[in-house]
Amino acid sequence: MLIYRSELKFSMEINVNGEIKSIITRQADTLLYVLREQLGLTGAKPGCENGDCGACTVLVDGWPVKSCLMLAVEAMGHKITTIEGLKDTPVQKAFIEKWAFQCGYCTPGFIINCYALSRIHPNANDEVIQEWLQSNLCRCTGYEEIKEAVKSVLSDNAYDL
Amino acid sequence: MISFDFEYYKPSTIIEAVKTFGSLSMQGKDPLYYSGGTEIISMARRDDIFTRAVIDIKGIPECNEFRVQTGKLVTGAALTLTQLEEANIFPLLGKAASKAADHTVRNKLTVGGNICGKIIFREAVLPFLLSDSQVVLAGKRGVRVVPINQAFNKTLQLEKGELLVQLLTETSYAHLPYISIKKTKLEKVDYPLVSIDALKKDNKIRIAFSGVCPFPFRSPKIEEDINNTQVPLELRISNAVSHLPAPISNNIEGSAEYREFVLRNTLSEIIKVFERS
Repeated sequence: MLIYRSELKFSMEINVNGEIKSIITRQADTLLYVLREQLGLTGAKPGCENGDCGACTVLVDGWPVKSCLMLAVEAMGHKITTIEGLKDTPVQKAFIEKWAFQCGYCTPGFIINCYALSRIHPNANDEVIQEWLQSNLCRCTGYEEIKEAVKSVLSDNAYDL
Repeated sequence: MISFDFEYYKPSTIIEAVKTFGSLSMQGKDPLYYSGGTEIISMARRDDIFTRAVIDIKGIPECNEFRVQTGKLVTGAALTLTQLEEANIFPLLGKAASKAADHTVRNKLTVGGNICGKIIFREAVLPFLLSDSQVVLAGKRGVRVVPINQAFNKTLQLEKGELLVQLLTETSYAHLPYISIKKTKLEKVDYPLVSIDALKKDNKIRIAFSGVCPFPFRSPKIEEDINNTQVPLELRISNAVSHLPAPISNNIEGSAEYREFVLRNTLSEIIKVFERS
């Protein structure tokens, strides 16, 4: 049984963006907090910190998860990917080409979610796209452009699965 | 940020989990079983709950099972709602699972957490109520298997330290015609005004509700009213509404009057669909 009994901070290793990182954390710290404050990975944004806005979305073993609703200790044994771990992906290019952002605060969360969608359901229909995109909020209301961006990637079938 | 500290335990067996719970309780640490953790984290952040220890059940193999065994679908409590939805082994369950929270949250939110949590809607329980499923519970006296329609009364009736391990459902229910409807005030991702799951077995409609009252329920009396084809549709619905187990919820999602209006329309819609087919 894995036990972290101490009420003090403890050290652990997590796999982030393909690298093993040592962190010192409290059991009660969220993954979002550790990514930002311990590892300096500030791409995942704190928004509502209540699982509503999706600005803090990261990938856990390829699936989008809101890092404000995950304890850092739960990340042990899993592969975490943040927006810093995506480089020149078709989704990122599509967001630029389609002007799928305004202020940009929600953009990392949206890109992570859309990236996962394009990997998990490369032939997603409108209903599935809608279902996934409802997990993220854009207060600038750039939803149409975001949808256009993800649809352009899906229709290009850009990923070799 | 969660303002208080707690210990984290991740047992790998049911016995370890139960013993750890007992031991931590004896130490006054008010432990919580932790599955997806979405509700615990958000409530802890708001100081709506307090604990000195969480016991993560995701390391227990039985809590992660999702398979058919001797005619029964075994659904582990630590499966995420997305896993239920994507597998689509029991389509009504997949559909019901897809109605809670949003897609990304459902990648973490588990079926056990949804059923045992404090948020009152617990929509994942409805298909299990309709399919006369059984719950596998583990506690200090061992493992017991109980019909969910006995074990679930407003909430899952757990003894102190008892853990929901699995839900067992006869696979025959997976192939029955079903309807799953969630109506919200405005947004799709929101708490329900009414959330209704129904299936048809032996030419009878079974129906279960969330959002209507402050707890999910299935009522034999309401099913009797709904299936009484000797009286006009409007009267069947009125009779059903008169047998609700508690006053209709009246809150920011919708007034009781509006909820009743939506409930009546939704019932009408469901009955018509089933009786046309």
